[in-house]
Amino acid sequence: MRRFLDVTYAVAWRTIHNFTTNPAFFFPSVIFPLFFFTAFAGGLSSVGDVPGFDFPAGYTAFQFVFVLLQASAFGGVFTGFGIASDFEKGFARRLLLGSPSRLGILAGYAVAALVRAVIVGALLFAVALITGMQVIGGGVDLFGLLVLAALVNLTATFFAAGVAFRTRTIQAGPAMQMPVFIVLFLAPVFVPLDLVGGWVHTVAKVNPVTAVLEGGRDLISGQEFDAAIAFGIAVALVLLFSVWAVRGLRRAEAAG
Amino acid sequence: MSMLGQIGQMARRSILQTVRQPAMVIPPIVFPLLLVAINAAGLDAATEIPGFPADSYWDFAIAVPFIQGSLFAAINAGTAMARDVETGFLKRLAMTPMQRTALLVGQLVGVMCVALVSAAVYLVAGFAAGMDFKSGALGVPTIIVLALLISLGFAAIGAYIGLRSGSGEAVQGVFPLLFVFLFMSSANLPRGLIEQDWFRTIATYNPVSYLVEGVRSLIITGWDGEALALGFGIAAAIAAAAVALSAAALRTRLVRT
Repeated sequence: MRRFLDVTYAVAWRTIHNFTTNPAFFFPSVIFPLFFFTAFAGGLSSVGDVPGFDFPAGYTAFQFVFVLLQASAFGGVFTGFGIASDFEKGFARRLLLGSPSRLGILAGYAVAALVRAVIVGALLFAVALITGMQVIGGGVDLFGLLVLAALVNLTATFFAAGVAFRTRTIQAGPAMQMPVFIVLFLAPVFVPLDLVGGWVHTVAKVNPVTAVLEGGRDLISGQEFDAAIAFGIAVALVLLFSVWAVRGLRRAEAAG
Repeated sequence: MSMLGQIGQMARRSILQTVRQPAMVIPPIVFPLLLVAINAAGLDAATEIPGFPADSYWDFAIAVPFIQGSLFAAINAGTAMARDVETGFLKRLAMTPMQRTALLVGQLVGVMCVALVSAAVYLVAGFAAGMDFKSGALGVPTIIVLALLISLGFAAIGAYIGLRSGSGEAVQGVFPLLFVFLFMSSANLPRGLIEQDWFRTIATYNPVSYLVEGVRSLIITGWDGEALALGFGIAAAIAAAAVALSAAALRTRLVRT
């Protein structure tokens, strides 16, 4: 256990250090969620006036939850880019050779992704509150929303790590980014599910992200919240993709 | 070799480079269509906002891929130019009698060919999904010419960045910045229906709004002289400025080498 924790700490520290000290990594992670929030909450706010749109906390809070979950997911994807880059530079192979606990490597990257999401999420929260976002939910609700965001972050990290471990090249970036991007946008992003039309409605109904997103929106607006569905799906996704990531790690080990 | 012959050779090289790399052809066509398909379903309820100018959000939004496609043209042109700098191709070319204009125009022509195919695919996809094209048969070539003019402007911007930086990574880094212009425009809602004053102000001063509105007017309005004049005028101004800048950057780059 001690070895696992040491490796986790070392990998996490290095990844967080790289992220926070290199503007090329730090600024895109921070600026893009803020930009999406501005574009969606600001530019589309009149969508909140559409008949049938009755979200109690208003359109800004409605969009905030999506952007928070999106930023959390992309924190995980960017960490996957880092893993792939570590393989391209040969660092990851040396890490696999020298590390007494290889699962600690994965855990270290996951901790770093979580810290990344916390930094970006805190900034996003601050900007949203400054720009007048209404929060109706209480402290426990907000904590629940943050836990949901953390679970989304872990899911995306494990997914991207699994791809990175298997491909071991940054050229696989689109294979990490696009599925996450598409799955997120195939949820009710702009309006509640009932108002989503066409084929996207059908897809969104079975998209697991929909339940997580709607759960987050229930929490921020203090509405009745079915914790079992939202947290159940989020935890199941984390478990599923942790298996994907661990199996990817084993493949990377086997590849040498 | 005549100037036209030189341009032809460079254009051929550019087209072959593009066609041989599916990553340079598929994303500019597929990604904007996918995004508009998702947005059209997600934002279809927006058509119920009083004053919304179209009955279907698909008709309203299908103009956006034309602009997104031109942003990809910028990246393709910029990356190609940067690669020519990185690989030393420009240095070798500088020792031949090849004229600078031929190099630049040839490269842009290659990117424009992808833009032409993209515009045709967007139109076909639009019609296939039941687009009500208000400007009729003459609107089709008009929208293609406007799309090509817009692509020329953005491709020349990409070429300028590629020549100035000489780095494909730098060109890729600018891509999200170009997307900011698109998102902060009237791409998703008409300016008159944007509630937030600050956002409406940004969209009003953002030239991309007028490019989107020019393309969109042919689809949902018909022949709107003002929207077309602004669309064509701004697209031509961007293209002229960007081509001049990239020509100057090429001159500087060749002097450096």
